[in-house]
This record gives sequence, C-alpha cells and structure tokens, in this order.
Amino acid sequence: MLWQTVRLAVQAIFRNALRSILTVLGVVIGVAAVIAMVTVGQGSTEQVTSDVAKLGTNLLMVRPGQAQQGPQPGNPASAFNLRDVEAIATQLASVRAAAPADTRTMTVILGDQNHATQVVGTDSAYLTARDIPVVLGRSFYESELRSGAAVCLLGQTVRKELFGSGDPLGQSFRIKSISCRVIGVMAEQGVSTFGTDQDDFVLIPIRTFQRRIAGNADVTMIYVSVRDGVDTGVAKSQIESLLRERRHIGPGEEDDFNVFDMKQVATILTGITAVLTGLLSAVAAVSLLVGGIGIMNIMLVSVTERTREIGIRLAIGAQEGQVLLQFLVEAIVLSLLGGLLGILLGLGLAAIAAALMKIPFSPNPLVILLAFGFSAAVGVVFGYFPARRAARLDPIEALRHQ
Amino acid sequence: MSADAPLIALERITKTYGMGDAMVRALDGVDLTIAAGDFVAIMGPSGSGKSTTMNILGCLDTPTSGHYRFKGVDVSGLNRDQRALLRRHYIGFVFQGYNLLPRTSALENVEMPLLYKGMAHDERRALALDALDKVGLADRAGHDPSELSGGQQQRVAIARAIVGRPAVIMADEPTGNLDTARSHEIMELLTRFNTEDGITIVMVTHEPDVAVFAHRQIHFLDGRIARDGATVEAV
Repeated sequence: MLWQTVRLAVQAIFRNALRSILTVLGVVIGVAAVIAMVTVGQGSTEQVTSDVAKLGTNLLMVRPGQAQQGPQPGNPASAFNLRDVEAIATQLASVRAAAPADTRTMTVILGDQNHATQVVGTDSAYLTARDIPVVLGRSFYESELRSGAAVCLLGQTVRKELFGSGDPLGQSFRIKSISCRVIGVMAEQGVSTFGTDQDDFVLIPIRTFQRRIAGNADVTMIYVSVRDGVDTGVAKSQIESLLRERRHIGPGEEDDFNVFDMKQVATILTGITAVLTGLLSAVAAVSLLVGGIGIMNIMLVSVTERTREIGIRLAIGAQEGQVLLQFLVEAIVLSLLGGLLGILLGLGLAAIAAALMKIPFSPNPLVILLAFGFSAAVGVVFGYFPARRAARLDPIEALRHQ
Repeated sequence: MSADAPLIALERITKTYGMGDAMVRALDGVDLTIAAGDFVAIMGPSGSGKSTTMNILGCLDTPTSGHYRFKGVDVSGLNRDQRALLRRHYIGFVFQGYNLLPRTSALENVEMPLLYKGMAHDERRALALDALDKVGLADRAGHDPSELSGGQQQRVAIARAIVGRPAVIMADEPTGNLDTARSHEIMELLTRFNTEDGITIVMVTHEPDVAVFAHRQIHFLDGRIARDGATVEAV
C-alpha cells in the first residue's frame, strides 16, 4: 500500500514535471547552499589545521617588541641574543627545541641564475621546531654552527630556481659576497593559507649570518617547540617569566617582547570559518523555509485541481488517513527530490570551489544526511496542511466539483 | 448482520439543510426497504429528494434523523471512516459523469477499489482484467479514459463498481450522458450483473425507458415517496 502510494506520488509529480521542478527549486537552492557552505567551510578548516601543523606542532614564536600593532612607544625593544635562546632551550623542561633566527630577503646567484629569497640564519633546532625534514643530504654539524661555516640548506623553490633538476649537493652558489656550499635540501611545505610560498628560503648557520650578513649578534626571532603533552599556554608563561628576568623587566612594567602561539591563529581562523558557515547556513535555512512554502502552495493548488479525484477515492472507500497519506507522501517525495538535487548541486559547487581555492574537497556524510532529513521534514511540515484539507473534503461536494 | 434482514431498510429518514427560516427539508420521513437482489429505479423531478436518498443509501451522507439499517445493522451513526469501510466492502458506485481518474489507464482505474482493500498486486490485476472482460473492454485495459468513448468509459466505471464484488451498486443517472443505443448497452450490463451475480442495483434516473429495466420503480415528490410499485412491462 505504501509502495503503491509512493508510486502514485511519483506519477503525479512527473505528470507535471516542469511545475514540480519550479516548485522544488526553493528546496534545491536551500539544500545546495547548505551543502556547499558546509563542505567548503570544512575544507578550509582542514586546510588551516594542516597549515598550522606544517608550521610546526606546538610552535611558539618569540619576537622583540610588544604584541600590539602600530608604532611602539619609547625606544625600540632590543633584539635577543644566542644566550637567550640557549637559556630557553636548557632551563625550561617544557621546551623541546628552541631555534634562533634572523631573516633577510636577499638575492642568491649561481652562474647567470639569480633569485630573490628569504635567507634565514639559524641552527639545527629550527628543523626540529618547525618539523621540517631534510630529504636530501644532511643538517648542520655542530662544528659548522660554532665556526660559522659557509654551508646551507635549500628550500625546494630555491633548489628548483638555481639547480633545476640537477643534484645541488656539494655545489656552491653566492649569497651577496658569500660563497655557500649546499649540504642539504628540505622537504616541500607547499603554499600557506595566506598564499605565500613556504619553500622559498635558504638556511645558513646563525653565526655565519650574524658575522657576514647582519654584522651584529642579534637574534630577531626565537622559534620554540613545546614538548608533546605540555600545554602551550604553560610554556608561553614560562618563557615570558624567563625572558622578563633576563631582560631585567621590573614588576609592573610591560613586556618588551611577545610570545605568539600558532594555535591562536588556528583557533581564530577556525572560529572565523565557523561563524561564516553558521551565518550562511542561516541564510540557507531561510531559503529552505521559502522553498517549503512554495511546496505548500503548489500542494494546495494540486488538492483543488484534484478535488474530483479525491471525491472518487473517498466514494470508493478511501479513509481519511489514506488520502492524507497520499498527499503527504507526494509532498515528501517532492521535497526529497528537491533535497537530492540540492545535495548533488551543492557537492558539485563545493568541488568546483575547492578546486579553485586549492583546499581539500571534504563532503561531510552527516551534513548530507541531515540535509536529506531536513528536506523530508520540509515535506512533512508543509505538506500536512494541504493533505489534511484533501482528506477532510466532503465526498459529495468533491464529486460535484468541476 | 442477520441473514434474513433486508439488505436496505430506511425508517422515517429525514434530512434537512440549513437552520431556522432558511431550513430546507430534503427528505421528510422516508420509509423504504430494498431486498437483496432487487433492481430498483428511483425517479422524480429535481429537488424531490432522490439524490439525497441516493447519497444516504450510498453512505456518502448521513440522515438528520431516522434509521438506516444495512443488512440489519444500523449505520446512521457511523463516522466517516466507518462509512468509508462500508462503501469499500459492500457498495459500488456508477456516476453520470463516469468519474474515472484522468491520465490513468482503464485497468488501473478498475484496480483502485482493490488497492484500498489491501489486495496484492497480482491478484488485483487478475480481478481487474476479469472485470474489464465482463464489460467487454479487456482489449482496452491499457487505454486512458480520454482515449475511450462515453459508453466505454461508463463500462469501465461499471467494471470498477463490480470488481470488489459489492452487495449493491448505486448508479446515479448512469445513462444521463449517453445516447439511446449506449444507454441500452449499459442497462443490459447492469441487468446482467443483477441476474447473474445477484448484485442489488439502486439506480436514479428520470428517463422512463431506462427505468423499465428495473423491477421496481419508486417515485419521489417533495421529499417523500409518492409511488412505489413493480415495473409494468406493457406500459
């Protein structure tokens, strides 16, 4: 009986194919919007999460100067030095690795090839802190770091620019006046959420950088990776109190440095994505509501058009519940059809958007199921009133209807 | 349901519409008994109460007062769904305007009453084909009503009325839209189902040459039975 009712409903819907499509358009758009939003939202959240993981899990970045933007009050804060880095690395149990860094944009030259890139003076801890493996060659030796040897590790972009597909190991190129020997190549990091190439850099020992490029003993950034299982907030406050002590900042005075937690970025970005997804889903829900009203409208028209049919069915012995079911099933089949079209359309749009935005395409089965259920619910809610009207018709009046 | 009770027994049936001064008394104390297997024609001018009687007999409407016993059971107080069940199992309908479902094949139209009886697909199909065969339209089973003539449509409607093996067929002006030749075909069919299958037939008509097919003619006037007697063939 139920199967028969469904078949009847499908027949009635396809008898008026164009009208049915226009009727469910609202539901199609609503569901498509929800699916597309949530899928793209999920994709970008995954992207952000993996980007942050790529920057180094549990990564803290310590910089001189206050956290706020704009001109700093008073004298510019002094840079760190290598002893600060050593203190963080050795005195704090929560710290797994601490790497000094100073960075310049410089031109690297090999023969007639030249390329502007980020030259980073640091040590081996940088690779640990940022979780970047060396895929070719080796990391720095302790002796090279201590003596400030002219050796370097290449990011994939620099390697391609200078050496193409050739083997760079043991080769030398120039950074300014320094002739630098390649000892290793780092793994590819890809493009960040913000669109920057994370493989366009060269690592050289920090002492080499200080002596031959910067001409001072400054460390302008410290990368700190926190031990697994340790809360980054705890490590952050430990670093803060250690540095306050080392930089002789009295109680009541503000920090002249800041510790930046990569998790904060992740949290902020994920939060923004969630809010946007929520807002757009609300808009989509309104569209579903409008779609539901469209279905109710057409079902009411359909009941009026088919008054005589309802009269015949009632006369022949259909009970109220059976007529109700017939029209309710028709409304539900109609809105489920809309839901199905919407899901396909939404996934299609999300796939295109994911390809364009270079984020993973990650459909969420739960959301798809939910959208399907929601469109069924729209059918029940907005189909009930017309169906009840059909079921309560007086058979005599209905048979007389022209 | 007692076996020896008449199929249909109306006792002092009244039906009024409206209230107060605007009240219309459509039936004014009708007593009527119809035995199983009878073939009855209900006649009378419009407004005489014959359609109201037909609706009450067909359990589409309820009387304002009085009792309607169907196979000895009082059905005056049944609710909508109970009356639907009664119609489903005991009553077949034939209307003046055929009332077939449009864009639905003759076969599916005939199957419809069986659908509400909850019958399985194959059994339904076999019975419906058999019914169409009995009205001589087995070869038109797949046709839509719009592809059939008026006479053929009415025959499909009769097949739909008899497919559930009802106790009684309520025929409301079954020949009203047909010419004389088609009318006779329809009447011969109804007569056949009456004599061969023992189905009681109650028919409203205002055509005397159609009424002569019935065994008994009941004339209504102003909401009452004016005349009730056996059909006299010679007239």
